[in-house]
Amino acid sequence: MLQMTVGRVGSLLTRRGVMALTSANVRMASHGHGVSEQADLSLPMYWDRLDTPLPDKAYKDELTATDKSLKQKEKGPWTKLTNEEKIALYRIAFKDTYPEMKVPSHEWKTVVGGMLIFFGITGLIVIWQSHYVYPPTPHTFAPEWQAKQTQRMLDMRVNPIEGFANNWDYEKKQWK
Amino acid sequence: MSLQKPIMRGLLAKRLRFHLPIAFALSLVAAAAFKYGVTEPRKQAYAEFYKQYDAMKEFNGMKEAGIFESVRPSGE
Repeated sequence: MLQMTVGRVGSLLTRRGVMALTSANVRMASHGHGVSEQADLSLPMYWDRLDTPLPDKAYKDELTATDKSLKQKEKGPWTKLTNEEKIALYRIAFKDTYPEMKVPSHEWKTVVGGMLIFFGITGLIVIWQSHYVYPPTPHTFAPEWQAKQTQRMLDMRVNPIEGFANNWDYEKKQWK
Repeated sequence: MSLQKPIMRGLLAKRLRFHLPIAFALSLVAAAAFKYGVTEPRKQAYAEFYKQYDAMKEFNGMKEAGIFESVRPSGE
């Protein structure tokens, strides 16, 4: 049961791991299963991050002829570019727009589920432990001993102003 | 077509102008709440306790209860 649970969570997360690999434009690994070819991590990589607006390199490496001519036009005044050309230039340099990056994923469900599974396993371990591992409770926890202890605390006037003995009425010999 | 140029400068200053007075006011409120909710009642409680406090009576009560080792209850 334990192995099955861990395997289920693990496969969910590795699927997301492969997804992250493709989104980082590891173009060589994007068609495979992510194991055959790995990108050279010593070279600058493209990465969509909310807090890093300008990644180390542009998204598209291989430009088509139209892209190349667009890049030439980009060297001139930008007022001459149409809106579609501006968007095309953006898509050459970047993969996702900020709203596309911020699209919520379903990862939190995996995280919360895994968390709760481990809480449950820990709970079972704790129950087993309290039954099989712990020694017998000390005799000082018995009700009679607790009553004698309380009486002694009241006799000593423990915290008589705002605390323990404050709640006891010494005239009437009862709790206030 | 053209969008308005977004605000490029003074973003932190604008945020502070809004949030600092609120933060200051809330801190004062927290301090006042603690003073009048906790410390003043506590001072009152101590004052009331010691108005009617008879040290010898308390000591005799504790002595008769038998908690001291140096002086035993009057019966023994």
